Amino acid sequence: MNMLQPAVTDSPASWHVPSERMAIDCNLEKVFYGSFLAVRDSKLPIEKGKITGFIGPSGCGKSTVLRSLNRMNDMIPVFRFEGHVHFLGQDIYARNVDPVIVRRYIGMVFQQPNPFTMSIYDNVAFGLRLNRYRGDMDERVERALQRAALWREVKDKLKASGLSLSGGQQQRLCIARAIATEPQVLLMDEPCSALDPIATRQVEELMIELKENYSVALVTHNMQQATRVADTTAFFAVDISRAGRTGYLVEMGETRQIFEDPREELTKEYIRGEFS
Amino acid sequence: MAPNPFAAAVDAGSISGPPAAYDYLSDRVFRILAYAGAGAVVVLVAYIVWEIGGQAAPAVAKYGIGFLTSTTWDVGNEKFGILPQIWGTLYSSLLALLIGGFFGLFVAIFLTQGFLPPKLAIVFRTIVELLAAIPSVVYGLWGIYVVIPALRPIADWLHETLGFIPFFSTSLSGPGLMPAALVLAIMILPTVAAISQDALHLVPFKVKEAAYGMGTTRWEAILKVFLPTASRGIFGSMVLGFGRALGETMALAMLIGNANQITLSLFSPANTLASLLASNFPEAGAVEIRALMYAAIALLAITLIVNVVGLFVMTVAVKKQ
Amino acid sequence: MSQPNIAHGDDRGRGFVPDLRRTLNNRRALRSAALSALTWVVALIAAVPLFSVLYMLIVEGGARFGLDLFTELPPAGFEMGGGFGNAIVGTLVMVSIAAAISVPVGILGAAYLSELHPDHKLAAVSRFLAKVLTGFPSILAGVFAYAAVVVLMGTYSALAGGIALSVLMLPTVVLTAEESMKMVPQRMKDAAHGMGCTRSQVIWKVVLPTALPGILTGVMLAVAGAAGESAPLLFTALFSNYWLQSIHEPTASLSILIYNFSGMPFENQIELAWAASLVLVMIVLFFNILSRLIGRPKV
Repeated sequence: MNMLQPAVTDSPASWHVPSERMAIDCNLEKVFYGSFLAVRDSKLPIEKGKITGFIGPSGCGKSTVLRSLNRMNDMIPVFRFEGHVHFLGQDIYARNVDPVIVRRYIGMVFQQPNPFTMSIYDNVAFGLRLNRYRGDMDERVERALQRAALWREVKDKLKASGLSLSGGQQQRLCIARAIATEPQVLLMDEPCSALDPIATRQVEELMIELKENYSVALVTHNMQQATRVADTTAFFAVDISRAGRTGYLVEMGETRQIFEDPREELTKEYIRGEFS
Repeated sequence: MAPNPFAAAVDAGSISGPPAAYDYLSDRVFRILAYAGAGAVVVLVAYIVWEIGGQAAPAVAKYGIGFLTSTTWDVGNEKFGILPQIWGTLYSSLLALLIGGFFGLFVAIFLTQGFLPPKLAIVFRTIVELLAAIPSVVYGLWGIYVVIPALRPIADWLHETLGFIPFFSTSLSGPGLMPAALVLAIMILPTVAAISQDALHLVPFKVKEAAYGMGTTRWEAILKVFLPTASRGIFGSMVLGFGRALGETMALAMLIGNANQITLSLFSPANTLASLLASNFPEAGAVEIRALMYAAIALLAITLIVNVVGLFVMTVAVKKQ
Repeated sequence: MSQPNIAHGDDRGRGFVPDLRRTLNNRRALRSAALSALTWVVALIAAVPLFSVLYMLIVEGGARFGLDLFTELPPAGFEMGGGFGNAIVGTLVMVSIAAAISVPVGILGAAYLSELHPDHKLAAVSRFLAKVLTGFPSILAGVFAYAAVVVLMGTYSALAGGIALSVLMLPTVVLTAEESMKMVPQRMKDAAHGMGCTRSQVIWKVVLPTALPGILTGVMLAVAGAAGESAPLLFTALFSNYWLQSIHEPTASLSILIYNFSGMPFENQIELAWAASLVLVMIVLFFNILSRLIGRPKV
């Protein structure tokens, strides 16, 4: 079927990662909200220590896929899916798995900066306290803020409200909050969409640094961002053929290959900017 | 405690971990308490109905439906009827609604249609809201020493010149329907004004633009466009204001004169269900208490019906807009 | 067929220039101006009672205002002097009892309604009944507490009065707390869930602290309302001429004192009723204004 991926057989969209390199093994055959089929046929391995970018036009279900990876979709009562999501070999949707535990290991950064109405320090320490961390709290908070490239700006006003920061600072605060507890995987849902270009660049640099320690899944509406930071890129599109708007994975591969030599015609058109 | 299937797979140094047993316990306890809290409201209402109903049951069995249609309240002979009180309740509340509704609606228009600069509007809105904060017993006191004396010359004049009209057929000797209704009107004015304001605020901006764009005067726009658009909400405010008036107790107990008679005259004393309860309950014997419980059930039924209708109208009004 | 006469017999041609100046000469403008004037008059009349009440409170109540009001007991029939210290204590104690019951129950219930199961049937029924209870005649709360507490305990008491008041506070607390918890941005709740909080941790650590000003506003409003209530206390707390010894015995309150004294034929008692009204209104307005200050949106 295709020459570049001899190991894979089931579909041209598949991308193969050896299981010992895999942080999350996700295969969403069908995702429903009620009777609405939101996503189909999306098999996405998230590799350890890499940034996996999700790109595609709006409404293609890339955020839905991302939110399935730490069971945030459980908040929506009508959500259900067919397929599986395995985290380090464990089925996170297994009957005896508590979504709360899943989210402790798989952190999330949201589209809109969402600091809590508490001090900067308390925001970062939130997860540490939640996990009853017994060590040096100050040190952990400082390290998280430093890695989020925010320490220098806030070190003299740790008691100030997290909401007093600018948008870009708030988003970096949220990243610091998410990484303070050192989760295994970081899910980032268009983390720069509310930020200005300078803040965006800072967050992007941060992501590249983070991937040394974390596996990152990044949803982005910005193709340049994917080329700048993602190691692997998954391209989603919307299928409107069956009177619905169902997202699906078109193809997935190394970022360079997806942008320079896409296998699918649809990908080629999207990257050329023929639709968005 | 849920098992942690990830324990073996994650890095040993990770800070993340599953919630402690204590966290699961407190989660469980909190959810149960919250469930109980939400249930408490339901249980409370059921308990109120059951408790008052239970106490009233002997009287209901003894006096039957005739209790609602007979007119004497004679403790000595154990003869009880509450038609005058039902009449007084409805009549005084209706008068209060006519006055308070009229004023409340105009206040709502005054506050929403740009009569005042925004800052002054806030001041005036606060004044109207504070009307609702004055305790009803203080209104009662004020009614006795301010409203009744102020009303007396007007009432006397009306009685002397227009005495042939049933509404003015008696003179105001002191407490009576009119002072009670006036004070009641002041007490429901804030309710009517507040809810009508909300309804008028809900009129979409494009409707306003359309009305003024047609070249209407301010009042043509208000009367022909805004009030009809907000009519359901305004109607709801009137019903809820009426419901509030039906249940109001202290000001009426102090001002209406507690006379168990059916009258059209605005200046004669009367009685209401709530003030019957207030004035007779503290000194009532066992037999009278059962009859009073029956009266309480009647009051509960009337206010419940009016309030449910009001809430229903409001819900429909919000959905329609 | 003749052409329809668009101008309806109007002989104003294309050269006609309408008069755009403001004028009261046509009926439309006149009617509008008249109604506006009426609105001003009506609105100003509506403000008169508040000022009249405040004026009377300051003149009549202020005349008698002094420290002895707070330290002395109510006088009997022909006695001179006296105060209502016990009634102030009684009012505060009963309102505290009511708050101690209704605030925790109300906030827990609101957490269920707003966060845990907003679409559950119990939530819908509970919310509806809470709204119905806001229009519940306060005298019936007294009748209920009489039947449920006074009859059971065999005596009028501050406890019964507090329970009657809590029935009236509960719906206000539930509905305002639910409203303010709903106002907490969803993204903040999402963030807490994303951190791996349990449902109750989300509520305890994020929703309640963020919604606190709104919840306090509702609580203060409910407290202000309860402090001014008298009907529920008439035959639950009754009245007492002595200092409060225990919450299991008849208890004085400001509002019942005003009611009792208002009808007495003694000048001294009527003066005290006005002074008690002034104190009661100050207490009520204190909580009312406090709720406005807490609830004011912060920049």
